[in-house]
Amino acid sequence: MSNIQKAFENKKAFIPFITCGDPDMETTEKAVRAMVANGADLIELGIPFSDPTAEGPVIQEANIRALSAGTTTDKVFDLVRRLRKDITVPFVFMTYVNVVFSYGAQRFIATCRETGVDGIILPDLPYEEKEDFLPICKQYGVDLISLIAPTSDHRIAMIAKDADGFIYLVSSLGVTGVRNEIKSDLTSIVKVIRENTDIPCAIGFGISTPEQAGAMSAIADGAIVGSAIIKILAEYGQDAPKHIGDYVRAMKAACNKNI
Amino acid sequence: MTNKSGRFGQHGGQYIPETLMNAVIELEQAYNFYKNDPAFNRELTALFNEYANRPSRLYYAEKLSKELGGAKIYLKREDLNHTGSHKINNVLGQALLAKKMGKTRLIAETGAGQHGVATATAAALMGMECVVFMGEEDTKRQALNVYRMKLLGADVIPVRTGTATLKDAVSEAMREWTSRIDDTHYCLGSVMGPHPFPSMVRDFQAVISRETKLQIMAKENRLPDMVIACVGGGSNAMGSFYHFINDTEVRLVGCEAAGRGIDTFETAATINTGKLGVFHGMKSYFCQDAYGQIAPVYSISAGLDYPGVGPEHAYLHDIGRAEYVAITDDEAVNAFEYLSRVEGIIPAIESAHAVAYAMKEAPRMDKDQIIVITISGRGDKDCAAIARYRGEDIYE
Repeated sequence: MSNIQKAFENKKAFIPFITCGDPDMETTEKAVRAMVANGADLIELGIPFSDPTAEGPVIQEANIRALSAGTTTDKVFDLVRRLRKDITVPFVFMTYVNVVFSYGAQRFIATCRETGVDGIILPDLPYEEKEDFLPICKQYGVDLISLIAPTSDHRIAMIAKDADGFIYLVSSLGVTGVRNEIKSDLTSIVKVIRENTDIPCAIGFGISTPEQAGAMSAIADGAIVGSAIIKILAEYGQDAPKHIGDYVRAMKAACNKNI
Repeated sequence: MTNKSGRFGQHGGQYIPETLMNAVIELEQAYNFYKNDPAFNRELTALFNEYANRPSRLYYAEKLSKELGGAKIYLKREDLNHTGSHKINNVLGQALLAKKMGKTRLIAETGAGQHGVATATAAALMGMECVVFMGEEDTKRQALNVYRMKLLGADVIPVRTGTATLKDAVSEAMREWTSRIDDTHYCLGSVMGPHPFPSMVRDFQAVISRETKLQIMAKENRLPDMVIACVGGGSNAMGSFYHFINDTEVRLVGCEAAGRGIDTFETAATINTGKLGVFHGMKSYFCQDAYGQIAPVYSISAGLDYPGVGPEHAYLHDIGRAEYVAITDDEAVNAFEYLSRVEGIIPAIESAHAVAYAMKEAPRMDKDQIIVITISGRGDKDCAAIARYRGEDIYE
């Protein structure tokens, strides 16, 4: 069992996302510590990209703030090194193919292994293009996370069978961002996933309230939240970590109701 | 030239969110069916000929040839197409295909507005809804084209994210497509993006070289020595090169926008200054920094102001079949003015990059040699910007 799968063992996982370096690395470090202290089971660390095509306006702006503050891939690895001195909660990177490709896939994935990053999510890497990175990920024991969307249909089984770590089930069409309602028929998608793999499945995109987190983690094995956390950062800046801690505690409690 | 996963050598591919995968697979299947369907091709040819004013002329620019004192220069007059550029070739193909697929709505990105105007035109003709994404900076620089698109019934959405230019318009159109797939076709404007777009757009633009070849054989009974076209994403160049790729005696030259020079940061010459990367659905060359962040690019030409290049061009560069040269703003503006004065043809500032290279090469060639320059569009849209470049403030 991978480190990532342990995050789901006998519980519903709450998975917060943060864009590293927004507004600065010190704040990111404090926010991650606040997430861990308040029950986050796995943390998605975003490496900013200039043109994040899968993101809605909230996370797009976080990417711009982070890059304007001078965030680089090397600085994000340094952040992970600092966090890993005392934090054991699994980390997965969320970034775009070009960030990994430009660093050198081998060098990037080896550094993930060395610093203690357990997995990588690349929203612009579909099943058909996985071969660019998968053999290297396998070599270093870093999970390449697969995404499944409401439009995946007959592709679900194929993707699920080959998935590692956990499956990121995209709740809705479109880009990341807070939604009032999640309309997709996620229950039947999760059913097909379950028929094809034993690895856990977490739902993301559009989740912001404890009610939504509760509902999503009832259907699946966990809930992923990004934009709602970035909004707290945008509002409170360097004072955000405390508020993020409070938010994570409430969201984790909502997930726990489904155990 | 492409294998089944849409690769051109190491370039191409389908680097897009899972949400879009079934949409591009459906598009590929539909395209593979219709491209060999005689009825579809008859319909498209009728649109090309009756509506878009094809075939476009291959004009012997005698005065230009004599002034430059070398090779015979022919101009492939895509500027005479309906809507004023080669963009209509691709748009009519995609709109017709989308209609056959049961789509009722077209979305598109646009830089200078040529592709947006062409898409809005096809949507009006075929009774489809149309939404065009355009960088806010570009909506200000090209207010007349914004008005044209609206006049044709399209919604124009100003894109405020990132650098608020063409690359951001592409990103925003992709985001829109992931949120509405059922009734919507993304009418991409160049030989870029995920497979099947680079091959499909090339095939629709290949009408340019198919005609050029017949026309030059009729006029000269031989192939040209050189074909020159400008390259942003690269659709008019790909269309101009395609039927000559196997004629290895024909030099194929793509002219990139060097902006203020390839040794400055204010450039958009992707093959000359970029490196291999993955962006907007494809592996190709991109202007980017050491960490893979896409670089803000610059050219006086909004249509060439893009940080990437189509994957088939990247491949033709790798195998040495085509050459890619960089033309500065200054050289392009000089060519814009020169062709206007010598031949009475005002080329688009994009196409002027190709003219500029011919001005360098023609004098070095023999009088029995032949150059074909693709004039991809007309230059009326650029007059205000060129006047400003020369320090004269006129308004559209």
